[in-house]
Amino acid sequence: MAIMNKYYLGIDLGSTTSKAVIINEKDEIIGRGITNTRANYKVAADIAREEAIYDARFTLLSNIIKEDMEAKPEFKKYMFDIRTVFQYRQFKRRMDSLEKKLNQTASEFSFQNKEAIIGKLKSIIETIRPKIRHEFVNENLGSKNQFFRDIVSERYNLEVGKLGREFYEPLMLAFDKSITPVENEMVQFNFKELVFESMKTLEEKYKGLADQQEDGSKEDWYYAELNAVKNNYKNVELSLRQHIETVAGEDIHISKMVGTGYGRALLPFPEDCIKSEILCHAFGAHAIFPNTRTVLDIGGQDTKAIQVDSHGLVTSFHMNDRCAAGCGRYLGYIADEFGISLNELGPEAMSATKETTICSTCTVFAGAEVKELLHNGEERSNILAGLHKAIVQRAMSLIARSGGVKNEFTFTGGVARNQAVLKYVKQMVTDSYGELTMNIHTDSIFMGALGGAMFARRNINADLPKADQKTTKSEI
Amino acid sequence: MSTEAQKEKSMILQKEMISGLFNDLSKAKETGKKVCYTFIPGNLSELIRTFDMLPVYPEINALQSAMRKKSAGYIKEAEKHAHSEDVCTYVKCDVGMMMKGNIGPTGEKIPEPDILLLSYTGCFTFLKWFETLKREYPNAVVIMVHTPYQENAKMTPEMTQYMVKQFYEEVIPKMEKVTGIKYDEAKLKRHLELSKEAEDWITKIFDTTKHRPSPIDAYFAGVYYIGPINIGFRGTQEAVDYYKELYSEIMERVRLGLGPITPEGEMKEEKYRLVVEGPPNWTSFREFWKIFYDMGAVIVASSYTKVGGVYDMGWRHDANRPLESLAEYCMNCYTNLNIPQRIDLLSKCIVDYQADGYVTNSIKSCNSFSAGQLGMMREIEDRLEVPVGFIESDLVDPRYFSYSNIKNRLESYFQMLEQRKIIKESTTV
Repeated sequence: MAIMNKYYLGIDLGSTTSKAVIINEKDEIIGRGITNTRANYKVAADIAREEAIYDARFTLLSNIIKEDMEAKPEFKKYMFDIRTVFQYRQFKRRMDSLEKKLNQTASEFSFQNKEAIIGKLKSIIETIRPKIRHEFVNENLGSKNQFFRDIVSERYNLEVGKLGREFYEPLMLAFDKSITPVENEMVQFNFKELVFESMKTLEEKYKGLADQQEDGSKEDWYYAELNAVKNNYKNVELSLRQHIETVAGEDIHISKMVGTGYGRALLPFPEDCIKSEILCHAFGAHAIFPNTRTVLDIGGQDTKAIQVDSHGLVTSFHMNDRCAAGCGRYLGYIADEFGISLNELGPEAMSATKETTICSTCTVFAGAEVKELLHNGEERSNILAGLHKAIVQRAMSLIARSGGVKNEFTFTGGVARNQAVLKYVKQMVTDSYGELTMNIHTDSIFMGALGGAMFARRNINADLPKADQKTTKSEI
Repeated sequence: MSTEAQKEKSMILQKEMISGLFNDLSKAKETGKKVCYTFIPGNLSELIRTFDMLPVYPEINALQSAMRKKSAGYIKEAEKHAHSEDVCTYVKCDVGMMMKGNIGPTGEKIPEPDILLLSYTGCFTFLKWFETLKREYPNAVVIMVHTPYQENAKMTPEMTQYMVKQFYEEVIPKMEKVTGIKYDEAKLKRHLELSKEAEDWITKIFDTTKHRPSPIDAYFAGVYYIGPINIGFRGTQEAVDYYKELYSEIMERVRLGLGPITPEGEMKEEKYRLVVEGPPNWTSFREFWKIFYDMGAVIVASSYTKVGGVYDMGWRHDANRPLESLAEYCMNCYTNLNIPQRIDLLSKCIVDYQADGYVTNSIKSCNSFSAGQLGMMREIEDRLEVPVGFIESDLVDPRYFSYSNIKNRLESYFQMLEQRKIIKESTTV
């Protein structure tokens, strides 16, 4: 290509997750990456960025075969599958590393039953590896927003639980000691190599698929896509092999980048490339929904109510202070209390018959309150519904303090993915401010990173929206 | 050379005044001087001096303890004696200090009160505070003056008379009895004349922020400037001399085009001009200030520096109406203004001193300031379209100052100001 394409990166280093977004010159998102924030912020940021770059390559690939994807179901299905398998290939590399580390950790133990522990470790890994592979390849685990640590620990803990008590402590200790260093390892992948590996895995998958009968449990298009890909995956492969060189060779040149989020000051970015997450979230949300005037962002450790003007610039904001009781961490804590995963909280709360009143001024105290309620025979789903409602009530107070909701309202942040929170937000915003447009986007968790990337493209301070609109026009 | 020397002179003056006062206090027993505890808002400094008493300001002691990193221990002590976590931390710090021997900021012992003078009742906590002190010092005489709130945004002649009556019937007789000194109106008048003179200088000093760059920070440095009048020197020649000196030093900075002095030297670039509402945090005062000056933010006016008297609108002590004037002074203190009056006052500051933004530092345990703060902020935002910011901290309890939270909010706020400034400039060009 004669002209090198320019890309812009935004990194949002949050307290729970780190997000990266790559945009092109038209402010279009071409790559997203997300990982759990860990003790090593740099690694978290790097992993998110790397993921965003792989994602960008897949976007480029999809753009090249756009016509085929629109016309042929097998292309669409294949591209969907390959992304999740691609994630599995990455997962596998890290899993190899974890296995090594676990064995090493266990070999250094001074427990009397050391040999038996190593044996159990081996069998656990042998059990969970194929399970995880199956979930990635056949059940789209890759699209479920779970990170390496979550995926492994959930299944590992389950297996440990099945063993005798004498193994519990050493096996948990081995995991705790091994997971962090492995998670903080920066693994370099070769995109092309990983794509080929993924293609191989997919080939095995499609080959092995028996003709699925249409039992009516799924939509028609599901069977149509499945059958199409089963019969025609070779064509897709052929097409991809043609384009993979171009895509893998494309220099995803990041012209500028902006870091935001809680850990922004720790990012290895120059000072003028660091921007407040309040401004970034607002800017990102406004870019997706230009009529937005109020943004509510519920993240891991803070909740922000932000008022924006017609340019997406912040006019005022309010944040929770001193307490995380209205934030994502609160949900995480509650999930731990119940021993369920974060993703299960929302759906279970949605099945409640009523909302138990929870006095949730404090995350830690809520734990005690929950136990008391369970003891009194209260349904878990009802308690969960009450907890979700409590979070939203706190958010509503922040919205009121920031000036209320005057026009279109956009909900962003990781917690916006929770259906129960969403339900109460809709309910309470309508109750307090009347019927108005409420926006929620599948990319809600990426709004901060998107805003950051957009600021990067605008060269931070030098080129703000007004002036920017002019330059875009003159470029055309 | 000249600025450094001048800067030192006013500071030396202030230091001498304060150490002199604490020295006098430590010798009060020997010299036979009576000691009057009172509060900054609505303080009757001139009357106290007329009766030759020495004043003690518990809030000042509390904030001094905080700046000397002693407040945490004092608060703990007070909590040990069942003072709730939610009580104003000034109170707990003061009570704790008393329990630990009542050693003041200069290391000298502060004498017990002969009088507990409450001349401003707008803060309910003040009442409770002196109730507590009365239990500790049963021999102290309590004088309580009821100060009518400016509910209708004015001081009526009836309100003034109501207060003057209390002075005649309650305050003066009790002071005469405790001190054994007869009320001398001529002496009071002389103090009031000096008060007016100092107030004129103070007004001029805080008006210098009209200059660009502002030669002073009217909040972080402002709290030092109001020290002498808030610690009992209002109505003295020393205060007049101090403010005269300070004014000339500041005008020298204006002449040289210099910005404010910070603990790390002179502020190089004035990027944002702000008006701040609410008291500062004292436990991390330096860190708090640093967040502002590191960002190039200078405070051009603050409500807190008006806590011991509001002179912006032209009000002065008046020797021709001595007791009436004292009554008005009490009723005219900042936290006795109704909310619309406070909004008007702060709006005037924003306009007069060309502020780019308005920041509220909210102190949860301070009712006098916190009540109405959010509403004021919204009204000011609507009226002047000025970007507003809101942070929360505490007076003297270090447990309630979260540096990273405050820094995070202020950073976001300054970036927001920056954006708006650029937009404003691009639309006005």
